[in-house]
Amino acid sequence: MSLDFEKDVAEIESRIEEFKAKNPEPTGTLVKELNRFEMERADKLKEIYANLTPWQTVQVARHPERPLIRDFISGLCSEFIELHGDRLFGDDRGMIGGFATIENHRVMVIGHQKGKDLDEKIKCNFGQACPEGYRKALRLMKLAEKFHIPVVTFIDTPGAFPGRDAEERGQAEAIARNLLEMAALKTPVIAVVTGEGGSGGAIGIGVGDVVLMLSNAVYSVISPEGCASILWRDGTKAAEAANALKITAKSLLQLKIIDEIIPEPVGGAHRDFVTTMKTTKKVLLKHLTSLKKVSPRKLTSRRFDKFAAMGRFN
Amino acid sequence: MAWFHKSKEIAAKPESPKKEDIWIQCPSCKAHIYKDEWEKNLKVCDRCHFHERLTWKERVDVLLDAGTFVELNAKVSWNDPLKFSDSKGPYAEKAVENCEKTGMKESVATGAGKINGIKVAIAIMDFRFMGGSLASGTGEKILQTALYAIRHKLPYIILSASGGARMHEGIISLMQMPKTCAALAQLREANLPYISIMTDPTTGGVSASFAMVGDIHIAEPRSLIGFAGRRVIEETIKQKLPEDFQTAEYLVDHGFVDMIVHRKDMKDMLSKILKYAGCR
Repeated sequence: MSLDFEKDVAEIESRIEEFKAKNPEPTGTLVKELNRFEMERADKLKEIYANLTPWQTVQVARHPERPLIRDFISGLCSEFIELHGDRLFGDDRGMIGGFATIENHRVMVIGHQKGKDLDEKIKCNFGQACPEGYRKALRLMKLAEKFHIPVVTFIDTPGAFPGRDAEERGQAEAIARNLLEMAALKTPVIAVVTGEGGSGGAIGIGVGDVVLMLSNAVYSVISPEGCASILWRDGTKAAEAANALKITAKSLLQLKIIDEIIPEPVGGAHRDFVTTMKTTKKVLLKHLTSLKKVSPRKLTSRRFDKFAAMGRFN
Repeated sequence: MAWFHKSKEIAAKPESPKKEDIWIQCPSCKAHIYKDEWEKNLKVCDRCHFHERLTWKERVDVLLDAGTFVELNAKVSWNDPLKFSDSKGPYAEKAVENCEKTGMKESVATGAGKINGIKVAIAIMDFRFMGGSLASGTGEKILQTALYAIRHKLPYIILSASGGARMHEGIISLMQMPKTCAALAQLREANLPYISIMTDPTTGGVSASFAMVGDIHIAEPRSLIGFAGRRVIEETIKQKLPEDFQTAEYLVDHGFVDMIVHRKDMKDMLSKILKYAGCR
């Protein structure tokens, strides 16, 4: 599926398809011509992705083919033992987690799950976790603390689920509790924003010693549409709101909200899972290795200083 | 002679007072209430127990022993890290307007004072300042006051009144959620009590951070308390929500608030609880 602003690329791609159909086994100058097409496509893609607007970045972050948590787990981990349930109410499929091994590191992986096909999307509420999801996440984090293994969270959610049941079971309390407990967690925490970092639903598993972000991911206090409908009184002004909110990885690095950007391959993570996983793994391993050397006491005090400094300007 | 002086007094006034100066109408049950009575009753309707929102100074008067309040972090103000502008113009202009309107520099006032002789650190949000929204200055003041409480071994009381995180400071506002909670984690580590008082409204990013991690949760009657807005929820689930959804009473029923306390009883309840926590 190509996005609105990728029209030119789609056009070149259809020309390539056409050419290939006409010339199933190209030779000589035909090969050269095909290569020229491919180059043209690559250049165009590069050009478009080098100049994405914040609103276009939102489209990429929400791309239906973008890698989801299960892709990251299978792409990064040699083993994954999924754990279920919050021991209080149920098992939220919109928030998954379990033991995982990344190279020689045993970790606890936790993250939002949006789901691939419609059935799965419905089961996991399109990645909008409920209180039991945040409580499951907390249970697994405490378990990681007990077993002295680092926590790696993958953030990709439009937001915490705004439903009646979720409110009645304490959506606010569940997120608030996680924020407090994560601040005090005596084991390393790495948070990776892989797609959409949707407000409270994202930060509810996002209090990391290191916060990483894929280059086309977004992270925001409110969705651009939501902001536009409140402050512009017009939901269609989402592009303007996306600009104003400073939600791209580049802006967030400048604002010192994230620590490092994980570069995506040209054309976005959805075009090349293998490269995306390779880069993500490299960055993760670097931080896992360095965080493992820090004492739990120092970790929590550094984590406190890091978040305390956010929004301190005088 | 009293009658004589009185008539002279009336005669001295150029106009008789307008009826709006004498009585007000309860915003909830529409009953007419004498203004003197309304003020004396701490802006609570005698008939329907509607609690009007109070300014932070009014809260100080209601909760703290007279003359004991000392303001802290008064210089911390709003910031404009994103240079934010919306269809109505720059955030900076709006913030200045709010400062002028309220005499505040941010949506919270912080300090120390005494409640029936017990010294406390206190943060009081004021809905008048941009809907009591949580932004960088707000978070910083709440954090600094927690650290003050730790340094002076004081219990911490936060009165929330907020629509949630302030969009105009974007992600910086969102980060005030973990920031304030990290400060409260330190308070917990120091074994100091934290009482969260939720007043109308306590929603969004404030309910999903410091307001909901108190040792004790107290709410004013009928306050709106919740995470998502009613309209968003109704649109999501395609159902009408019950009338009392997200009220303080509803939250007590669902186990998220310890008690509902009438404004006039709040001070005494706080000092009673603080004594159980070993404060004196």
